[in-house]
Amino acid sequence: MSETRENGIGAAVRRKEDNRFLTGEGRYLDDINLHNQAYACFVRSPHAHARINGIDKSEAESAEGVIAVFTGEDLAADGIGGLICGWGITSKNGEPHKAPPHPALAQGKVRYVGDHVAIVIAETPEQAKSAADLVDVDYEELPPVVNIADALAPGAPQIHDEAPGNECYDWEIGDKAATDEAFAKASHVTRLEIVNNRLVPNPMEPRAALADYDPGTDMLTLYTTSQNPHVARLILSAFVGLAPEHKLRVIAPDVGGGFGSKIFVYAEETVVAWAARKIRRPVKWTCERTEAFLCDAHGRDHVTTAELALDDEGHFLGLRVSTKANLGAYLSTFSTAVPTYLYATLLNGQYKMGAIYAEVQAGFTNTAPVDAYRGAGRPEATYVVERIVERAARDLNIPPEEIRKRNFIPPDAFPYETPVIMTYDSGNYQLAMDKANELIDRAGFPARRAESEARGKLRGLGYAAYIEACGIAPSAAVGSLGAGVGLWESAQVRFNPTGSVTIHTGSHSHGQGHETTFAQIVSDRLGIPIENIDVIHGDTGTVPFGMGTYGSRSLAVGGSALMKAVDKIVEKGKKIAAHLMEAAVEDVEHNNGVFSVAGTDKQVTMAEVAFAAYVPHNYPEDLEPGLDETAFYDPLNFTFPAGTHIAEVEVDPQTGKVDIVNWVAVDDFGNIINPMIVEGQVHGGIAQGIGQALLENTVYDAETGQLLTASYMDYTMPRADDLPSFNVETTNTPCPHNPLGVKGCGEAGAIAAPAALMNAITDALGVEIDMPATPEKVWRAAQSAQARAAE
Amino acid sequence: MYEFEYRKPASLDQAVAMLDEDAKILAGGQSLLPTMKMRLASPGALVDLAAIPGLSGITVAGNTVEIGAMTRHAEVAASKEVAEAIPALADLAGKIGDRQVRNRGTIGGSLANNDPAADYPAAVLGLGATVHTNKRAIAADDFFQGLFETALGEDEIITKVSFPLPEAAAYEKFVQPASRFALVGVFVARTGSGVRVAVTGAGPGVFRATALETALGGSFTPAALDNVEIAADGLNNDLHGSAEYRAHLVTVLAKRAVAAAR
Repeated sequence: MSETRENGIGAAVRRKEDNRFLTGEGRYLDDINLHNQAYACFVRSPHAHARINGIDKSEAESAEGVIAVFTGEDLAADGIGGLICGWGITSKNGEPHKAPPHPALAQGKVRYVGDHVAIVIAETPEQAKSAADLVDVDYEELPPVVNIADALAPGAPQIHDEAPGNECYDWEIGDKAATDEAFAKASHVTRLEIVNNRLVPNPMEPRAALADYDPGTDMLTLYTTSQNPHVARLILSAFVGLAPEHKLRVIAPDVGGGFGSKIFVYAEETVVAWAARKIRRPVKWTCERTEAFLCDAHGRDHVTTAELALDDEGHFLGLRVSTKANLGAYLSTFSTAVPTYLYATLLNGQYKMGAIYAEVQAGFTNTAPVDAYRGAGRPEATYVVERIVERAARDLNIPPEEIRKRNFIPPDAFPYETPVIMTYDSGNYQLAMDKANELIDRAGFPARRAESEARGKLRGLGYAAYIEACGIAPSAAVGSLGAGVGLWESAQVRFNPTGSVTIHTGSHSHGQGHETTFAQIVSDRLGIPIENIDVIHGDTGTVPFGMGTYGSRSLAVGGSALMKAVDKIVEKGKKIAAHLMEAAVEDVEHNNGVFSVAGTDKQVTMAEVAFAAYVPHNYPEDLEPGLDETAFYDPLNFTFPAGTHIAEVEVDPQTGKVDIVNWVAVDDFGNIINPMIVEGQVHGGIAQGIGQALLENTVYDAETGQLLTASYMDYTMPRADDLPSFNVETTNTPCPHNPLGVKGCGEAGAIAAPAALMNAITDALGVEIDMPATPEKVWRAAQSAQARAAE
Repeated sequence: MYEFEYRKPASLDQAVAMLDEDAKILAGGQSLLPTMKMRLASPGALVDLAAIPGLSGITVAGNTVEIGAMTRHAEVAASKEVAEAIPALADLAGKIGDRQVRNRGTIGGSLANNDPAADYPAAVLGLGATVHTNKRAIAADDFFQGLFETALGEDEIITKVSFPLPEAAAYEKFVQPASRFALVGVFVARTGSGVRVAVTGAGPGVFRATALETALGGSFTPAALDNVEIAADGLNNDLHGSAEYRAHLVTVLAKRAVAAAR
C-alpha cells in the first residue's frame, strides 16, 4: 500500500462517532420516545418446564393504567407466525434438523425460565410491570433438563414433541475412514475432554423495541436494537407475517454493543410490533438486565471429546472430535449453524492436520436459546484445537511452539484446502509465532518461572495459534450449506452538490467505528476531507438492503462493497471530468480526488465534478446527471485472519487466584484501515476471551432449571483490573480476494484468548481444568498437583 | 421500584417520630435502593438521614477514632487521620464495593444492614469497636447477631462508631469475583487486651475466629497459624466457594493479615 494519507487508509483517525457517544449525545433506543407511547412488560415463565393449563388475564386487564393484555392465543388469531431458524442442517441420516415451533408468546407450554407467556401494555412502565404480576397463569410443572448430556440421555424429559430424545440433529463432517486410518498408524494419541462454558452476551445497552403504526400510510415502523435491520425486516415480514416488506420499516439507531446477541429476531420486538398496530398506539419495551440474562440468546455451551493422532516426531496425523451442543429451549435465528459450519469447519486450525472427522449432536434443553456470540463456533473450534495441541506437546515433551512449528501450513502452500471444506486463502503462521515469542521474551521465561517459584507462586505460559473465518460468504457457498439468506453487502456513495459525501451502508455499527473507517476509505480514494463524509446505516427506509454486521464481516464485505461503489463514482467522474476538460475519457486519470489529463496540466477536482453532476449546465449529453452510485459485493471466499496469542500467568496456589502478568497478541488481519480501532477491537475481544476463561459462567440449577447467575452479583464480567496491559502487534498478509486486502478483526481476541489463557494456567498447575478457572477450581487443582508431586 | 413516601427529618427525634411500621431508614442507600429497584423490598416510606446535622465526620482523639454514622466510605478511605491512627481501617474502607458505592455508602448503613459479606463489620468486630445509637452504646461483640440481624431496636438509629486504637491491625479481603463483596475477609488486630480475629463473608454473619485468636495470642506471627484450621461446618457454601474453601481461606488470609499488620 502507498504512503498513508491524512485520515486515509492506515491512519489512526480518532473515531468520529465518539464525539456524540462520549458527550452523552448518542441516540440509543430508549432515548427515542413517541407521542402517545404506551409501555410493555412481558409475563415470563417462572418455571423451566411447565404445561399451561390456562391463563386468566382479567385482573391484570382491570388494573390501573392497563391498555391491553395479549397471549399466544391473540397472536395466533391474527395469523402471526412463530420465530424461525434460518439455517438448515442435515443429519448423518439425511434428515433435516428438527425444527419445533417457536411461538412468540407461549402456546400451551413453557420451556425455560423467562419464556414469554403474555404481554401487558399500560400507560407507564411501572403500571405494566405491576399488572404483569396479576396475570394468573395456571402452570403444571414438568421436570426440566438443563445440561446437554443429560438432555440427550435416554429417559430425559421430553421438551418438544417434534424432537424425540431432545435431539435437533446429529451431524458430521470430514472423512471418517481416512481419520480412522490415521489413528491406526499413530504412534501417540492425545485425548482431551473439554467443556466450553455457556456465556451471557451482556452488551452495555440491553435490547429494546419501540413500534409505531401509521394507519394513514399503513406503515409499521419498528425501532429495535438490531445488528441487521434488513434481515429483521425480511424475517418479520416474510416468515412472521407482521406486514408486507414495503410496509415495514426497521430502524436500528445507535446500538450499544451486540456481540451477536442482537443479530436475532426475538419474541419481544415481534410482539411489540404486532401490538402497536393492534392498539393503534406506539408501544415501547426496554429489557431489564435480569431479563437480558434470562432471555438474550446465550453463547457456546459445548461438551467435547477430542483425540489427536501423532507420529513419534509430533506430526499431526488426524483429529477426531465429538461434540454435544446445547441449543437451549428453542432454535434461535442462526443457532443451528454455529456448532456446525461455523465450528467444525475450523477444526483444522493453522496446521497440516492430516485427516479430520467431527460429529456434532445438538439438542434442546430447558435453558435460554443459544446462538452466535462473538466468534460463534470459531472460539469453540480454536479452544479444542489449541488445547489438544498444547496437551500433545506436553505428552510428547516437545516445546509447545516447536510442535506448532512442525505442523504449520507453510506460507507457500496457499491456497490450502483443509479436510473440513475450507480453502484458506493466505497466511504466514510462523511469522506471527516468532514475533509473539520475541515480544513475550520466550527465552527469559524459565528464569521468570524460577523467580515466581521462589515467591511460592506458579508461573505458566500458554499459546493459542488461532485461525478464524470471517465474512461468512460467499452466498453461493453458504447457500449450499443450508443458509437461508445470501451473505453479500451493499454500499452507496452519494455525493452532494457541494462535494460532501453521504455513505449508505448495509453494514451496521454498534460499536465497531464504521462511521470512521468507512469514511477513511472514501476520503483516501476520493480525496474528500473526512469531516465532509457521513456514514448512514441501520434504517431500512434509507439505506439499500444489506445483511448487517456479524462474523467480523463489515470491512471485508461491506468495505469491499464500498470500494466497488467508489470505483463506479470514479468511472462516472472520469466521464464528467473528460467533458469539463475537453479531453477523451481514456486520457483522464484519477488520483485521490483529482482528475487530470495525462501529459497536460489540466485538472478538475472531485468537488467540481460533483457540482457539474448536480448543476449540469455544462454537461456531457449522453450522461445522467447526479453522482450517486450503489454497489453490491459478494465475496469469493471467507477471509482467514490468524495469529498467535501468548498468555503468561502467575497462580497463587494458596488461594487459587490467577494473575495474568503478560499478554502478547500478534494478529494477521491483512491490510488495516485504522490501527487504533483494530487495537481497540483486539483489546475488547481479549477481554471477553479472558472473561470466558477466568470469570464468566452461566449456571442453571440442574433440579429446578432456575438460572443461578442472573445478575452481576453472581455472573462475573471482566473488569479493567482483571486484565493486564495487552501487547498487541500485527503481521499483514493481505487478503488476496477482496479489493481492500482486509480480513476482519472483531472476533479474533475472543477466539484466541480462552485457549491461550487456559494453556497458561494448566501449564502453571500441571493438571487439566475446565473454564472458567475460578479461584476454588484452581486451588483444588493446585492441591491435587501438589499431592501428586508428593506421591 | 414501587411507589413510596420520602421523608427527610432534620433531627434524630424527628427521624424516630417518622419511623412507622412501614418505613425504612435511608442512609447511603447502596443496598436498600437496588433491592427496591428489583422490587424485592417495598417500604411504604423512606426516612432519609442526610439532613440531620452531626451524623457525619471523623474525629481522632486520644486512643479513639470516631466515625459518624453518615460518613461515606470514600471519606474514611481518604482520611489522613484514619490512615495514621488505624491504617487497616482506611484500607478496608477503600476496598468496599466500587467508587460509586464508596462515594454514597455509609458506615452506619453498612453496620445496620449487617450483610454477611460486608467489610465494615469485620473492622468493628475485629477492633472491638463500640456502636453508638440515639439510645445507647453497644459493644461490637453484642451488636452483630447473624444474617442481616443486629442488636438495633426498631426505633434505634446509629449515630457513630468509636474504634479503639490497636497496636497493629490489617484487613485481608479475598473478593467474590462478581459482586466484589468479601468471599472471605479477615480482620486481625493486636490490642492491649489480646488478639482479635474477625471474619466476614465466610459465614452467615461476621464472627470471631477464636482458634486463630488463641494461636496468635501465643505468638503474633504467620507461622503460629501453620496448623490451625477452622471448621467448615456452618460456613457458606455457594457458587463462588464451598465451605471447605472458605475455611481454608480464613487461615491463609489471617496469616497474610498478621504479616501485613501495622
